[in-house]
Amino acid sequence: MTAVTPPPEALRAPLVVEFPFTRSLGPVQSAFLTGLRERTVLGVRTEAGEVLVPPVEYDPATAAELRELVEVATTGTVTTWAWNPEPRPGQPLATPFAWVLVRLDGADTALLHALDAPGPEAVRTGLRVRIRWAAERAGAITDIACFEPHESAREHEPAPHDGRFDAPVTGIVAPARLDYTYSPGRAQTRYLHALGERRTVGERCPSCAKVYVPPRGACPTCGVATTDQVEVGPRGTVTTFCIVNIKAKNLDIEVPYVYAHIALDGAGLALHGRIGGIPYDQVRMGLRVEPVWSEDGRYPDHYRPTGEPDADYDTYKELL
Amino acid sequence: MRPDREVAIVAFAQSDHRRRTDDLSEVEMVMPVLHEVQRQTGLKASDIGFTCSGSSDYLAGRAFSFTMALDGVGAWPPISESHVETDGAWALYEAWVKLLTGEADTALVYSYGKASPGSVRDVLTRQLDPYYLAPLWPDSVALAALQAQALVDAGDTDEPALAAIAARSRQDATANPHAQLRGARPQGDYTVQPLRTGDCPPIGDGAAAVILAVGDRARELCERPAWIRGMDHRIEAHSLGVRDLTDSPSTRLAAERAGAFERPVDTAELHAPFTSQEVVLRKALGLDGSVRVNPSGGALAANPVMAAGLIRLGEAAARIHRGESDRALAHATSGPCLQQNLVAVLEGENRA
Repeated sequence: MTAVTPPPEALRAPLVVEFPFTRSLGPVQSAFLTGLRERTVLGVRTEAGEVLVPPVEYDPATAAELRELVEVATTGTVTTWAWNPEPRPGQPLATPFAWVLVRLDGADTALLHALDAPGPEAVRTGLRVRIRWAAERAGAITDIACFEPHESAREHEPAPHDGRFDAPVTGIVAPARLDYTYSPGRAQTRYLHALGERRTVGERCPSCAKVYVPPRGACPTCGVATTDQVEVGPRGTVTTFCIVNIKAKNLDIEVPYVYAHIALDGAGLALHGRIGGIPYDQVRMGLRVEPVWSEDGRYPDHYRPTGEPDADYDTYKELL
Repeated sequence: MRPDREVAIVAFAQSDHRRRTDDLSEVEMVMPVLHEVQRQTGLKASDIGFTCSGSSDYLAGRAFSFTMALDGVGAWPPISESHVETDGAWALYEAWVKLLTGEADTALVYSYGKASPGSVRDVLTRQLDPYYLAPLWPDSVALAALQAQALVDAGDTDEPALAAIAARSRQDATANPHAQLRGARPQGDYTVQPLRTGDCPPIGDGAAAVILAVGDRARELCERPAWIRGMDHRIEAHSLGVRDLTDSPSTRLAAERAGAFERPVDTAELHAPFTSQEVVLRKALGLDGSVRVNPSGGALAANPVMAAGLIRLGEAAARIHRGESDRALAHATSGPCLQQNLVAVLEGENRA
């Protein structure tokens, strides 16, 4: 069956990408973040004599290794600011606040953080501020809860510091979560709609006539859109397979089981799926199989033998 | 230093940039622009010596999406191919270098960005320093707003001047059928003060492609090739608090190395997603009123992230192709507050 059909309504599904980044710290970063835990702010002195806060491991101008730590004040001056009327997830404060770059007294560079202020009219460049420490501190930039307005004299010559603390922090875990709304595009939307009707529908390349299952929208050989829909299968041939002996996390399938490449009848390439209904050590190349649909009928849960004689090698050798 | 081989942009195509493209996968979005540059030059995939693309999987949250986008090129049997995880302008840079080495005579460069599935303001926080910045989730508008306030404090601009940049850009975009925001519109409320909605780029999806060719091959493929006279890219220190946010020494140095200051340019396509960043770039590049800036409307009219920089090179080249410019500067940026900057100088030949 070949038919050109208009694209159905786009499918959408929520997609969450979430990952904790575990990162080790260099000696300067370790001292700085451990210091925050102890309500101490450390900077690092460059060869030119400047004090960088937050401190870095290497001089941004000369690339020299930097190790000379100094302690700076917990008070400072706003060097630029931006009023954030609608805080976003993960940001330091949940109520409207100002983003600020603050040059702490004794430092020559500025640190980015949040400033808790009643409104934009209360903020200006040059405003004097101080650190508000988080109640619970673990050795992270978030140990500074935020800054708050605070009049104080500009004091403080940076004092030498050996950077040594008990139980230094040597790494951070930075959780990240991004929320997406996934939409699969025209070709895969058509494929998924057909699966819902227990049909497997590939798409034919108008140039080389190969039928792609599942279709991804383009023929990678010809670089053109696949548009003609072609129903394939339901039966197919195992072209190659492997025996899985290690149980995947959260997978409710007993090992060993067989995972196979299956060339559905009429398809120009094999897709992959699990083989069931036959002992794992009896699965072979050329085995004829058919889909067993999931309970909700949305996709083939696995494929089982049809009982037909095995396919001749010549019929599938081009699809390996 | 003048390169030994002459390389030109001989074709450029871009999609109509839209707020959402839920009906299209990446490859379905990219394919039409690939076909369009092939049509312009008459080249087939198999005729092209090198292919390079730029994109970021974080935008749509699809791992290795660029390998699937490659299906649209016709990459089998295997082609000579590369990918950069940044704006396509840097893919063009890689392709240019490849052509200069003599390993290829033609190159296809493309890039795409599908920002609509995610929240691009938040996604871009993941490119920041993971120790001191990323845990605070400072979004792209917030960081640009800090830069804008620094410019206001320094007396380099003010809100009416920023509003004028926004209005001019979108007014110019009325002549650009691909732009997402066409025609001036109200500045709106503060997104992050001092930046208003109008100072920020639209969020959307889009794709672009160019073809590069060397010497006489370029002259065969294009009536008036846009010759790349020089190109360079430079980066600032990564800590925002170390930088002077009101200036862009990396842009200036890249421009100097690209030869931009040897003779005046008549056109500049600047990749300034925020109005305030145009102020920084004009200052860094010393552009005066004689230079036509962003006749396409720039990134304020369409900002498909990862493609918007390549589009600046493409727009500048297309103006040369059409005979509307003889010498143009194209700029692309990546990262917060103009972190990394690329400058190219393009010229057309005046034939007798």
